[in-house]
Amino acid sequence: MAALKFLIIEDSPTMRQLIRFSMKRIPRVEVIEANDGLDGLKKLSSNQVDLILTDINMPIMDGLKLVTMVRGNDSYKDIPIIIITTEGAKEDRDKAMALGANAYITKPIQSAGLLATVKKLLDI
Amino acid sequence: MKDDKISSLFDKGEEFLEIFRKGQEFTRDLLKDNEQLRFRVVKLEEALKSRYDAPVPKLGGDKYEELARKVALYELKLSELEEKLNEVEEENVGFAQRYIDVEEQNNNLANLYVASFQLHSTLNYEEVLQIILEIIINLVGAEEFAIFLLDEKRELLVPAAAEGQDLEGMSPITMGEGVIGAAAQSQESYLNKNPPSTPAELLENPLVCIPLMIKDELIGIINIYKLLQQKEEFVPVDFELFTLLAGHAATAIFSSRLYSESRRKLTTYKGFLNLLSQ
Repeated sequence: MAALKFLIIEDSPTMRQLIRFSMKRIPRVEVIEANDGLDGLKKLSSNQVDLILTDINMPIMDGLKLVTMVRGNDSYKDIPIIIITTEGAKEDRDKAMALGANAYITKPIQSAGLLATVKKLLDI
Repeated sequence: MKDDKISSLFDKGEEFLEIFRKGQEFTRDLLKDNEQLRFRVVKLEEALKSRYDAPVPKLGGDKYEELARKVALYELKLSELEEKLNEVEEENVGFAQRYIDVEEQNNNLANLYVASFQLHSTLNYEEVLQIILEIIINLVGAEEFAIFLLDEKRELLVPAAAEGQDLEGMSPITMGEGVIGAAAQSQESYLNKNPPSTPAELLENPLVCIPLMIKDELIGIINIYKLLQQKEEFVPVDFELFTLLAGHAATAIFSSRLYSESRRKLTTYKGFLNLLSQ
């Protein structure tokens, strides 16, 4: 099986490390990290990414804008996107899902739950 | 004329008679077929009955005993297998529970490791404060909280960083005064089991107060006023994180302040030496 490449877009180094920790439990996963939405788009253009995990509240470009940009680009529109955020309101969830996110997870995260979501989305 | 009519009537009578004769033959054929079918049904019923009522062939004494022995053996094996199946199922339930426990432990350890790693990843005071905020938001799941640091000379807890609250609008707290001051004075964490409902009251009486300590020396205190919408209550790992923050956040803050001061002093001395050497 070829290696999977996950892109973590988070402005918090603490969360990036925690998500990376969880993702590394899946065999043959390579993790790329970005500080904000714009940085994420740059990394996306130079890598063949299988999954995007993104926060919503970030400087420069937020997660919702990123989801819109990714879904509007034919090259990336099929990449699954998981939102990981502190925003727990239903309207925030509905908005993100309507924009094209595949899953919405609220912080604080549980590693097992996040892993199960990733595996389900990628069918692994 | 009359003879012709009579002859025609006779012809018609003959025709009717012929029709009746054919009808009689047809009815006879039908009756015959019916009888044959009824006979067939009776035969089939008999065959069916004989099949079910057939006596079980009698076995000789030895064969019967052998079969009875085999049945007894299989029954024994079946009960053994059922017993083993029950044991395996019980073990499975145990393993599933252990898996959940291990998974939870794993999650907790990852949180604690990341928190500890991040706290000691820098000697920059501002960054340390930012990391503490990140840990409380992302790992604990708090929405409103503040970090107060002790001003030893004035015996005051001075607000140093906050999330969801206006830092500038927060007043210093005197040591020993109110819930926060008392928690700092006693150097014991405080957990509010009956938190007040109004935000103003919560500022005086937070959900939790965590004194930041290096051995017996108080560095400051973390007060959590409100949790994120999706976080209903504190969970066991939160208290582990509080313990970790109490020690490691205090050390990180102390080290970074010391480092900043020494860097500042070093710069001053270097400047002074440069001035002397000119």
